[in-house]
Amino acid sequence: MKKRMNRSPYLTAGLILTGVMAALILLGFFWTPYDPTAISGSAKLSAPSFAHLMGTDNFGRDIFSRVLKGAGTTAVIALSTVLLGGGIGVLVGALTGYFGGIVDEVLMRLNDALNAFPSVLLALVIVSVLGSGKYNVVIALSIVFVPSFARVSRTAFAALRDANYVKSARLMGASSLRILAVQILPNTLHVLLPAFTIGFNNAVLAEASMSYLGIGVKPPDASLGYMLSESQSMLSAAPWYALCTGMTIVLLIFGVGLIGEGMNRQNKGVG
Amino acid sequence: MTDELVLELQHVTSGYHTGGLLFKGEYQKVLHDVSFQVHRGEILGLVGESGTGKSTLARTILGMVKPDEGQVIHYTKRPQMIFQDPYSSLNPAYTVGWSMEEPLRIFGKYDAAERKKRVREMLRRVELPEECLAAKPGELSGGQRQRVSIAIALIQRPRFLIADEPVSALDVTIQAQILKLLRELRDELDLSYLFISHDLNVVYQLCDRVLVMKQGRIVEQGTVDEIFDHPQQEYTRQLLAAAD
Repeated sequence: MKKRMNRSPYLTAGLILTGVMAALILLGFFWTPYDPTAISGSAKLSAPSFAHLMGTDNFGRDIFSRVLKGAGTTAVIALSTVLLGGGIGVLVGALTGYFGGIVDEVLMRLNDALNAFPSVLLALVIVSVLGSGKYNVVIALSIVFVPSFARVSRTAFAALRDANYVKSARLMGASSLRILAVQILPNTLHVLLPAFTIGFNNAVLAEASMSYLGIGVKPPDASLGYMLSESQSMLSAAPWYALCTGMTIVLLIFGVGLIGEGMNRQNKGVG
Repeated sequence: MTDELVLELQHVTSGYHTGGLLFKGEYQKVLHDVSFQVHRGEILGLVGESGTGKSTLARTILGMVKPDEGQVIHYTKRPQMIFQDPYSSLNPAYTVGWSMEEPLRIFGKYDAAERKKRVREMLRRVELPEECLAAKPGELSGGQRQRVSIAIALIQRPRFLIADEPVSALDVTIQAQILKLLRELRDELDLSYLFISHDLNVVYQLCDRVLVMKQGRIVEQGTVDEIFDHPQQEYTRQLLAAAD
Protein backbone atom coordinates (compact mmCIF):
# COMPACT_ATOMS: atom_id res chain seq x y z
CA MET A 1 0.00 0.00 0.00
CA LYS A 2 2.35 2.68 1.23
CA LYS A 3 5.55 3.48 -0.53
CA ARG A 4 8.24 3.49 2.11
CA MET A 5 11.10 5.73 1.22
CA ASN A 6 14.55 4.28 1.67
CA ARG A 7 16.58 5.97 4.34
CA SER A 8 19.02 8.46 2.88
CA PRO A 9 22.65 7.23 3.11
CA TYR A 10 23.51 10.68 4.49
CA LEU A 11 21.14 10.08 7.37
CA THR A 12 22.51 6.60 8.03
CA ALA A 13 26.11 7.82 8.01
CA GLY A 14 25.22 10.79 10.21
CA LEU A 15 23.37 8.62 12.71
CA ILE A 16 26.30 6.18 12.95
CA LEU A 17 28.92 8.93 13.36
CA THR A 18 26.82 10.88 15.84
CA GLY A 19 26.04 7.66 17.70
CA VAL A 20 29.74 6.90 18.11
CA MET A 21 30.47 10.46 19.23
CA ALA A 22 27.56 10.43 21.65
CA ALA A 23 28.73 7.10 23.08
CA LEU A 24 32.25 8.48 23.63
CA ILE A 25 30.90 11.64 25.23
CA LEU A 26 28.64 9.62 27.52
CA LEU A 27 31.62 7.43 28.39
CA GLY A 28 33.60 10.58 29.22
CA PHE A 29 31.05 11.58 31.85
CA PHE A 30 31.71 8.39 33.84
CA TRP A 31 35.17 7.23 32.92
CA THR A 32 38.31 8.60 31.31
CA PRO A 33 41.58 6.67 30.93
CA TYR A 34 43.38 9.24 33.10
CA ASP A 35 42.24 12.06 35.34
CA PRO A 36 41.94 14.88 32.77
CA THR A 37 43.47 17.37 35.21
CA ALA A 38 46.22 15.14 36.63
CA ILE A 39 49.67 16.64 36.00
CA SER A 40 52.53 14.23 35.27
CA GLY A 41 56.11 15.45 35.08
CA SER A 42 57.38 12.28 33.43
CA ALA A 43 55.01 12.36 30.45
CA LYS A 44 55.17 15.97 29.28
CA LEU A 45 54.47 16.66 25.61
CA SER A 46 54.60 13.00 24.66
CA ALA A 47 53.36 12.11 21.18
CA PRO A 48 50.32 9.84 20.69
CA SER A 49 51.02 6.26 21.81
CA PHE A 50 49.06 3.34 23.20
CA ALA A 51 49.49 4.74 26.70
CA HIS A 52 48.21 8.18 25.60
CA LEU A 53 46.03 7.82 22.51
CA MET A 54 46.19 11.52 21.71
CA GLY A 55 49.45 12.26 23.48
CA THR A 56 49.91 14.65 26.40
CA ASP A 57 50.22 18.41 26.80
CA ASN A 58 52.92 20.52 28.44
CA PHE A 59 51.68 19.56 31.91
CA GLY A 60 51.66 15.87 31.01
CA ARG A 61 47.86 15.73 31.04
CA ASP A 62 46.31 13.01 28.89
CA ILE A 63 44.74 14.77 25.92
CA PHE A 64 42.33 11.93 25.07
CA SER A 65 40.84 12.19 28.56
CA ARG A 66 40.63 15.95 28.22
CA VAL A 67 39.00 15.66 24.80
CA LEU A 68 36.38 13.26 26.20
CA LYS A 69 35.53 15.67 29.01
CA GLY A 70 35.80 18.74 26.80
CA ALA A 71 33.56 17.29 24.10
CA GLY A 72 31.03 16.57 26.86
CA THR A 73 31.07 20.20 28.00
CA THR A 74 30.78 21.43 24.42
CA ALA A 75 27.96 19.03 23.59
CA VAL A 76 26.02 19.92 26.73
CA ILE A 77 26.38 23.64 26.02
CA ALA A 78 25.35 23.19 22.37
CA LEU A 79 22.42 20.95 23.26
CA SER A 80 21.16 23.28 26.01
CA THR A 81 21.50 26.24 23.68
CA VAL A 82 19.52 24.55 20.94
CA LEU A 83 16.82 23.35 23.33
CA LEU A 84 16.47 26.70 25.10
CA GLY A 85 17.00 29.05 22.15
CA GLY A 86 15.25 26.72 19.72
CA GLY A 87 12.37 26.15 22.13
CA ILE A 88 11.76 29.87 22.60
CA GLY A 89 12.28 30.50 18.89
CA VAL A 90 9.77 27.85 17.87
CA LEU A 91 7.25 29.17 20.40
CA VAL A 92 7.62 32.74 19.09
CA GLY A 93 7.47 31.54 15.49
CA ALA A 94 4.42 29.38 16.15
CA LEU A 95 2.50 32.23 17.79
CA THR A 96 3.40 34.82 15.16
CA GLY A 97 2.86 32.45 12.25
CA TYR A 98 -0.47 31.20 13.53
CA PHE A 99 -2.04 34.38 14.84
CA GLY A 100 -0.47 36.90 12.44
CA GLY A 101 -1.60 40.50 12.75
CA ILE A 102 -0.17 42.87 15.32
CA VAL A 103 1.46 40.13 17.44
CA ASP A 104 3.31 39.01 14.34
CA GLU A 105 4.45 42.51 13.42
CA VAL A 106 5.76 43.38 16.89
CA LEU A 107 7.53 40.08 17.61
CA MET A 108 9.08 39.78 14.18
CA ARG A 109 10.41 43.36 14.21
CA LEU A 110 12.01 42.62 17.60
CA ASN A 111 13.38 39.51 15.97
CA ASP A 112 14.82 41.54 13.10
CA ALA A 113 16.45 43.93 15.56
CA LEU A 114 18.09 41.02 17.37
CA ASN A 115 19.10 39.51 14.05
CA ALA A 116 20.78 42.73 12.93
CA PHE A 117 23.70 42.20 15.33
CA PRO A 118 26.46 39.81 14.27
CA SER A 119 25.79 36.80 16.45
CA VAL A 120 29.17 36.40 18.14
CA LEU A 121 29.27 40.13 18.84
CA LEU A 122 25.85 39.96 20.45
CA ALA A 123 26.89 36.95 22.50
CA LEU A 124 30.03 38.85 23.52
CA VAL A 125 27.95 41.77 24.76
CA ILE A 126 25.63 39.48 26.72
CA VAL A 127 28.54 37.59 28.28
CA SER A 128 30.28 40.84 29.21
CA VAL A 129 27.10 41.83 31.05
CA LEU A 130 26.49 38.44 32.67
CA GLY A 131 30.12 37.33 33.10
CA SER A 132 31.70 34.26 31.52
CA GLY A 133 31.22 30.63 32.54
CA LYS A 134 29.30 27.84 30.88
CA TYR A 135 25.80 28.77 32.09
CA ASN A 136 26.16 32.32 30.87
CA VAL A 137 27.46 31.07 27.55
CA VAL A 138 24.31 28.97 27.22
CA ILE A 139 22.10 31.97 28.03
CA ALA A 140 23.97 34.26 25.64
CA LEU A 141 23.94 31.78 22.77
CA SER A 142 20.28 30.91 23.34
CA ILE A 143 19.30 34.57 22.98
CA VAL A 144 21.41 34.79 19.83
CA PHE A 145 19.75 31.67 18.40
CA VAL A 146 16.12 32.71 18.94
CA PRO A 147 15.68 34.75 15.70
CA SER A 148 16.66 32.05 13.21
CA PHE A 149 14.39 29.47 14.85
CA ALA A 150 11.56 31.98 15.10
CA ARG A 151 11.82 32.76 11.41
CA VAL A 152 11.90 29.17 10.25
CA SER A 153 9.01 28.06 12.42
CA ARG A 154 6.96 31.15 11.65
CA THR A 155 7.01 30.27 7.96
CA ALA A 156 6.14 26.64 8.68
CA PHE A 157 3.25 27.48 11.01
CA ALA A 158 1.88 30.25 8.78
CA ALA A 159 1.79 27.83 5.84
CA LEU A 160 -0.52 25.47 7.73
CA ARG A 161 -2.66 28.06 9.53
CA ASP A 162 -5.40 27.80 6.92
CA ALA A 163 -5.15 24.08 6.19
CA ASN A 164 -8.60 22.52 6.11
CA TYR A 165 -7.84 20.19 9.00
CA VAL A 166 -6.88 23.20 11.10
CA LYS A 167 -10.10 24.97 10.15
CA SER A 168 -12.17 21.98 11.08
CA ALA A 169 -10.34 21.52 14.39
CA ARG A 170 -11.28 25.13 15.14
CA LEU A 171 -14.91 24.36 14.32
CA MET A 172 -14.76 21.36 16.66
CA GLY A 173 -13.88 23.76 19.46
CA ALA A 174 -10.17 22.90 19.80
CA SER A 175 -8.16 25.52 21.68
CA SER A 176 -5.45 27.43 19.83
CA LEU A 177 -2.79 25.76 21.98
CA ARG A 178 -4.12 22.33 21.07
CA ILE A 179 -4.21 23.23 17.39
CA LEU A 180 -0.63 24.51 17.50
CA ALA A 181 0.77 21.58 19.44
CA VAL A 182 -1.31 18.69 18.15
CA GLN A 183 -2.43 19.59 14.63
CA ILE A 184 0.32 21.81 13.26
CA LEU A 185 3.56 21.01 15.13
CA PRO A 186 3.91 17.39 13.88
CA ASN A 187 3.63 18.63 10.30
CA THR A 188 6.42 21.16 10.78
CA LEU A 189 8.95 18.70 12.19
CA HIS A 190 10.41 17.94 8.77
CA VAL A 191 11.46 21.60 8.65
CA LEU A 192 12.26 22.10 12.32
CA LEU A 193 14.43 19.03 12.92
CA PRO A 194 17.00 19.92 10.24
CA ALA A 195 16.97 23.47 11.62
CA PHE A 196 17.80 22.02 15.04
CA THR A 197 20.77 20.09 13.64
CA ILE A 198 22.10 23.24 11.97
CA GLY A 199 21.52 25.12 15.22
CA PHE A 200 23.44 22.50 17.17
CA ASN A 201 26.43 22.82 14.84
CA ASN A 202 26.34 26.60 14.95
CA ALA A 203 26.24 26.40 18.73
CA VAL A 204 29.29 24.10 18.81
CA LEU A 205 31.19 26.53 16.61
CA ALA A 206 29.98 29.61 18.50
CA GLU A 207 30.97 28.07 21.83
CA ALA A 208 34.37 27.17 20.38
CA SER A 209 34.91 30.72 19.10
CA MET A 210 33.83 32.26 22.38
CA SER A 211 35.99 29.98 24.48
CA TYR A 212 38.84 30.52 22.05
CA LEU A 213 38.46 34.25 22.55
CA GLY A 214 38.50 33.72 26.29
CA ILE A 215 34.88 34.73 26.95
CA GLY A 216 33.51 31.21 27.14
CA VAL A 217 33.93 28.46 29.68
CA LYS A 218 36.48 28.93 32.45
CA PRO A 219 38.73 26.39 34.20
CA PRO A 220 38.18 23.95 35.82
CA ASP A 221 35.63 23.34 33.02
CA ALA A 222 37.26 22.60 29.71
CA SER A 223 35.46 22.71 26.40
CA LEU A 224 36.84 21.88 22.98
CA GLY A 225 37.07 25.58 22.14
CA TYR A 226 38.93 26.32 25.35
CA MET A 227 41.33 23.46 24.65
CA LEU A 228 41.89 24.71 21.12
CA SER A 229 42.98 28.10 22.44
CA GLU A 230 45.19 26.31 25.01
CA SER A 231 46.79 24.20 22.31
CA GLN A 232 47.76 27.25 20.30
CA SER A 233 50.72 28.06 22.56
CA MET A 234 52.22 24.63 22.02
CA LEU A 235 51.45 24.22 18.36
CA SER A 236 55.02 23.32 17.43
CA ALA A 237 55.85 21.35 20.60
CA ALA A 238 52.64 19.32 20.63
CA PRO A 239 50.81 19.69 17.27
CA TRP A 240 48.70 16.62 18.11
CA TYR A 241 46.88 18.63 20.78
CA ALA A 242 45.41 21.14 18.29
CA LEU A 243 44.88 18.43 15.66
CA CYS A 244 43.01 16.01 17.92
CA THR A 245 40.86 18.73 19.46
CA GLY A 246 40.08 20.25 16.08
CA MET A 247 39.28 16.87 14.56
CA THR A 248 36.88 16.12 17.40
CA ILE A 249 34.99 19.36 16.70
CA VAL A 250 34.92 18.50 13.00
CA LEU A 251 33.63 14.96 13.59
CA LEU A 252 30.99 16.19 16.04
CA ILE A 253 29.50 18.73 13.65
CA PHE A 254 30.06 16.57 10.58
CA GLY A 255 27.92 13.78 12.04
CA VAL A 256 25.10 16.09 13.08
CA GLY A 257 25.36 17.96 9.79
CA LEU A 258 24.95 14.69 7.88
CA ILE A 259 21.79 13.95 9.86
CA GLY A 260 20.36 17.34 8.91
CA GLU A 261 21.35 16.93 5.27
CA GLY A 262 19.89 13.42 5.21
CA MET A 263 16.56 14.66 6.57
CA ASN A 264 16.49 17.48 4.03
CA ARG A 265 17.19 15.07 1.21
CA GLN A 266 14.46 12.72 2.35
CA ASN A 267 11.98 15.61 2.44
CA LYS A 268 12.85 16.47 -1.12
CA GLY A 269 12.82 12.80 -2.08
CA VAL A 270 16.38 12.96 -3.41
CA GLY A 271 17.63 10.07 -1.26
CA MET B 1 -38.67 19.49 5.57
CA THR B 2 -40.36 21.14 8.54
CA ASP B 3 -40.95 24.71 9.68
CA GLU B 4 -38.27 24.31 12.31
CA LEU B 5 -35.17 26.32 11.43
CA VAL B 6 -31.54 25.33 11.86
CA LEU B 7 -30.03 28.51 10.45
CA GLU B 8 -31.19 31.99 9.62
CA LEU B 9 -29.32 34.84 7.96
CA GLN B 10 -30.79 38.33 8.26
CA HIS B 11 -29.48 41.02 5.92
CA VAL B 12 -25.88 39.87 6.18
CA THR B 13 -23.36 42.19 4.59
CA SER B 14 -19.70 41.37 4.70
CA GLY B 15 -16.51 42.59 3.11
CA TYR B 16 -12.88 43.37 3.65
CA HIS B 17 -10.45 46.24 3.47
CA THR B 18 -7.66 46.09 0.98
CA GLY B 19 -4.35 47.35 2.22
CA GLY B 20 -2.14 46.60 5.18
CA LEU B 21 -2.07 46.92 8.91
CA LEU B 22 -1.55 50.66 9.15
CA PHE B 23 -3.38 52.04 6.17
CA LYS B 24 -6.84 50.84 5.41
CA GLY B 25 -7.41 50.63 1.70
CA GLU B 26 -10.69 50.47 -0.11
CA TYR B 27 -13.63 48.57 1.29
CA GLN B 28 -14.59 45.62 -0.88
CA LYS B 29 -18.09 44.37 -0.30
CA VAL B 30 -18.37 40.62 -0.86
CA LEU B 31 -21.85 39.88 0.46
CA HIS B 32 -24.76 42.25 -0.10
CA ASP B 33 -27.80 42.00 2.16
CA VAL B 34 -27.99 38.21 2.18
CA SER B 35 -31.04 36.72 3.89
CA PHE B 36 -32.24 33.13 3.87
CA GLN B 37 -33.27 30.28 6.13
CA VAL B 38 -32.30 26.65 6.34
CA HIS B 39 -35.06 24.35 7.57
CA ARG B 40 -34.57 21.20 9.56
CA GLY B 41 -33.95 18.20 7.34
CA GLU B 42 -33.44 20.27 4.24
CA ILE B 43 -30.60 20.24 1.73
CA LEU B 44 -30.25 23.78 0.52
CA GLY B 45 -28.10 24.27 -2.56
CA LEU B 46 -26.06 27.40 -3.13
CA VAL B 47 -25.04 27.96 -6.72
CA GLY B 48 -23.25 30.70 -8.59
CA GLU B 49 -20.12 31.31 -10.57
CA SER B 50 -16.75 31.19 -8.84
CA GLY B 51 -15.75 34.44 -7.19
CA THR B 52 -19.30 35.35 -6.35
CA GLY B 53 -18.90 35.02 -2.59
CA LYS B 54 -20.07 31.46 -1.90
CA SER B 55 -17.07 30.55 0.21
CA THR B 56 -17.13 33.88 2.02
CA LEU B 57 -20.75 33.17 2.84
CA ALA B 58 -19.78 29.77 4.27
CA ARG B 59 -17.03 31.33 6.35
CA THR B 60 -19.36 34.04 7.58
CA ILE B 61 -21.93 31.46 8.64
CA LEU B 62 -19.27 29.57 10.59
CA GLY B 63 -17.99 32.71 12.27
CA MET B 64 -14.58 32.71 10.58
CA VAL B 65 -15.53 36.09 9.11
CA LYS B 66 -17.57 38.59 11.09
CA PRO B 67 -20.50 40.13 9.19
CA ASP B 68 -20.31 43.92 8.98
CA GLU B 69 -24.08 44.20 9.10
CA GLY B 70 -26.96 41.85 9.78
CA GLN B 71 -26.82 38.67 11.76
CA VAL B 72 -26.29 34.96 11.51
CA ILE B 73 -28.51 32.95 13.85
CA HIS B 74 -27.67 29.32 14.54
CA TYR B 75 -30.43 27.20 16.03
CA THR B 76 -28.12 24.19 16.43
CA LYS B 77 -24.80 23.68 18.15
CA ARG B 78 -21.40 23.08 16.60
CA PRO B 79 -22.12 23.35 12.88
CA GLN B 80 -19.46 21.60 10.81
CA MET B 81 -17.99 21.87 7.37
CA ILE B 82 -16.80 19.51 4.66
CA PHE B 83 -14.21 20.95 2.33
CA GLN B 84 -13.66 20.61 -1.37
CA ASP B 85 -10.13 19.28 -1.30
CA PRO B 86 -10.09 15.87 0.36
CA TYR B 87 -6.28 16.01 0.31
CA SER B 88 -5.84 18.89 2.74
CA SER B 89 -8.82 18.19 4.97
CA LEU B 90 -7.11 15.32 6.81
CA ASN B 91 -4.01 15.82 8.91
CA PRO B 92 -1.25 13.80 7.18
CA ALA B 93 0.58 13.24 10.48
CA TYR B 94 -2.12 11.04 12.00
CA THR B 95 -4.05 7.86 11.33
CA VAL B 96 -7.71 8.01 10.36
CA GLY B 97 -8.63 6.54 13.75
CA TRP B 98 -6.78 9.28 15.60
CA SER B 99 -8.29 12.04 13.46
CA MET B 100 -11.80 10.66 13.94
CA GLU B 101 -11.33 10.43 17.69
CA GLU B 102 -9.86 13.92 18.11
CA PRO B 103 -13.21 15.80 17.93
CA LEU B 104 -14.51 13.54 20.71
CA ARG B 105 -11.39 14.17 22.81
CA ILE B 106 -11.95 17.90 22.34
CA PHE B 107 -15.60 17.46 23.26
CA GLY B 108 -14.35 15.81 26.43
CA LYS B 109 -17.51 13.99 27.51
CA TYR B 110 -16.62 10.39 26.70
CA ASP B 111 -14.04 7.95 28.02
CA ALA B 112 -11.64 6.13 25.70
CA ALA B 113 -13.84 3.04 25.28
CA GLU B 114 -16.90 5.12 24.40
CA ARG B 115 -14.88 7.22 21.96
CA LYS B 116 -13.57 4.12 20.18
CA LYS B 117 -17.10 2.72 19.97
CA ARG B 118 -18.45 5.92 18.44
CA VAL B 119 -15.56 6.07 15.97
CA ARG B 120 -16.27 2.52 14.77
CA GLU B 121 -19.97 3.22 14.50
CA MET B 122 -19.37 6.35 12.43
CA LEU B 123 -16.92 4.47 10.22
CA ARG B 124 -19.66 1.94 9.47
CA ARG B 125 -22.10 4.72 8.66
CA VAL B 126 -19.78 6.17 6.02
CA GLU B 127 -19.29 2.62 4.70
CA LEU B 128 -15.57 2.27 5.25
CA PRO B 129 -13.87 -0.96 6.41
CA GLU B 130 -12.37 -1.08 9.88
CA GLU B 131 -8.82 -1.40 8.44
CA CYS B 132 -9.05 2.28 7.50
CA LEU B 133 -8.67 3.26 11.15
CA ALA B 134 -4.98 2.37 11.12
CA ALA B 135 -4.32 4.01 7.74
CA LYS B 136 -2.70 7.39 7.18
CA PRO B 137 -4.55 9.74 4.78
CA GLY B 138 -1.81 9.23 2.17
CA GLU B 139 -2.84 5.59 1.85
CA LEU B 140 -6.48 6.36 0.97
CA SER B 141 -8.16 7.25 -2.31
CA GLY B 142 -9.89 10.59 -2.83
CA GLY B 143 -13.33 9.07 -2.28
CA GLN B 144 -12.23 7.30 0.89
CA ARG B 145 -10.71 10.51 2.20
CA GLN B 146 -13.92 12.39 1.58
CA ARG B 147 -15.82 9.68 3.48
CA VAL B 148 -13.40 10.07 6.37
CA SER B 149 -13.85 13.86 6.25
CA ILE B 150 -17.60 13.37 6.43
CA ALA B 151 -17.19 10.97 9.36
CA ILE B 152 -14.99 13.47 11.22
CA ALA B 153 -17.46 16.28 10.56
CA LEU B 154 -20.34 14.19 11.89
CA ILE B 155 -18.73 12.58 14.91
CA GLN B 156 -19.62 15.40 17.28
CA ARG B 157 -23.22 14.86 16.11
CA PRO B 158 -23.88 18.28 14.59
CA ARG B 159 -27.34 18.94 13.13
CA PHE B 160 -26.18 21.32 10.43
CA LEU B 161 -23.39 20.86 7.94
CA ILE B 162 -21.91 23.11 5.29
CA ALA B 163 -20.49 21.21 2.34
CA ASP B 164 -18.28 23.41 0.14
CA GLU B 165 -17.95 21.70 -3.25
CA PRO B 166 -17.52 18.32 -1.53
CA VAL B 167 -17.56 16.24 -4.69
CA SER B 168 -16.04 18.50 -7.32
CA ALA B 169 -12.56 17.01 -6.88
CA LEU B 170 -13.84 13.45 -7.38
CA ASP B 171 -14.56 11.17 -10.35
CA VAL B 172 -18.14 11.05 -11.54
CA THR B 173 -18.80 7.52 -10.19
CA ILE B 174 -17.29 8.41 -6.81
CA GLN B 175 -19.33 11.64 -6.87
CA ALA B 176 -22.55 9.67 -7.16
CA GLN B 177 -21.58 7.42 -4.24
CA ILE B 178 -20.73 10.36 -1.99
CA LEU B 179 -23.96 12.15 -2.90
CA LYS B 180 -25.93 9.00 -2.09
CA LEU B 181 -24.10 8.75 1.22
CA LEU B 182 -24.83 12.40 2.08
CA ARG B 183 -28.53 11.83 1.36
CA GLU B 184 -28.65 8.68 3.49
CA LEU B 185 -26.84 10.37 6.37
CA ARG B 186 -29.27 13.28 6.19
CA ASP B 187 -32.18 10.87 6.68
CA GLU B 188 -30.52 8.68 9.33
CA LEU B 189 -28.97 11.42 11.45
CA ASP B 190 -31.60 14.13 10.96
CA LEU B 191 -29.16 16.56 9.33
CA SER B 192 -29.55 19.71 7.30
CA TYR B 193 -27.02 20.84 4.72
CA LEU B 194 -26.00 23.98 2.98
CA PHE B 195 -24.55 22.47 -0.17
CA ILE B 196 -22.29 24.81 -2.11
CA SER B 197 -21.59 23.87 -5.70
CA HIS B 198 -20.97 25.29 -9.11
CA ASP B 199 -22.16 22.01 -10.64
CA LEU B 200 -25.88 22.34 -11.31
CA ASN B 201 -26.31 18.65 -12.14
CA VAL B 202 -25.07 17.70 -8.70
CA VAL B 203 -27.36 20.29 -7.10
CA TYR B 204 -30.30 18.95 -9.06
CA GLN B 205 -29.59 15.40 -7.85
CA LEU B 206 -29.17 16.24 -4.20
CA CYS B 207 -30.89 19.43 -3.11
CA ASP B 208 -34.41 20.30 -2.00
CA ARG B 209 -34.15 24.05 -2.45
CA VAL B 210 -31.67 26.25 -4.26
CA LEU B 211 -30.22 29.72 -3.72
CA VAL B 212 -28.75 31.42 -6.77
CA MET B 213 -26.01 33.87 -5.96
CA LYS B 214 -24.55 36.54 -8.19
CA GLN B 215 -21.89 39.04 -7.16
CA GLY B 216 -22.62 38.64 -3.48
CA ARG B 217 -26.41 38.84 -3.74
CA ILE B 218 -29.05 36.13 -3.62
CA VAL B 219 -30.81 36.80 -6.90
CA GLU B 220 -33.26 33.93 -6.82
CA GLN B 221 -34.36 31.17 -4.51
CA GLY B 222 -36.89 28.38 -4.73
CA THR B 223 -37.38 24.63 -4.81
CA VAL B 224 -35.24 22.64 -7.19
CA ASP B 225 -38.18 22.21 -9.56
CA GLU B 226 -39.00 25.91 -9.53
CA ILE B 227 -35.43 26.95 -10.23
CA PHE B 228 -34.69 24.31 -12.85
CA ASP B 229 -38.04 24.33 -14.63
CA HIS B 230 -39.13 27.95 -14.28
CA PRO B 231 -36.14 30.19 -13.66
CA GLN B 232 -37.27 33.77 -13.14
CA GLN B 233 -33.96 35.53 -13.56
CA GLU B 234 -31.89 35.91 -16.69
CA TYR B 235 -28.76 35.00 -14.68
CA THR B 236 -30.28 31.72 -13.54
CA ARG B 237 -31.24 30.88 -17.13
CA GLN B 238 -27.66 31.55 -18.22
CA LEU B 239 -26.31 29.26 -15.49
CA LEU B 240 -28.70 26.51 -16.52
CA ALA B 241 -27.88 26.93 -20.16
CA ALA B 242 -24.17 26.71 -19.39
CA ALA B 243 -24.69 23.47 -17.46
CA ASP B 244 -26.43 21.57 -20.26
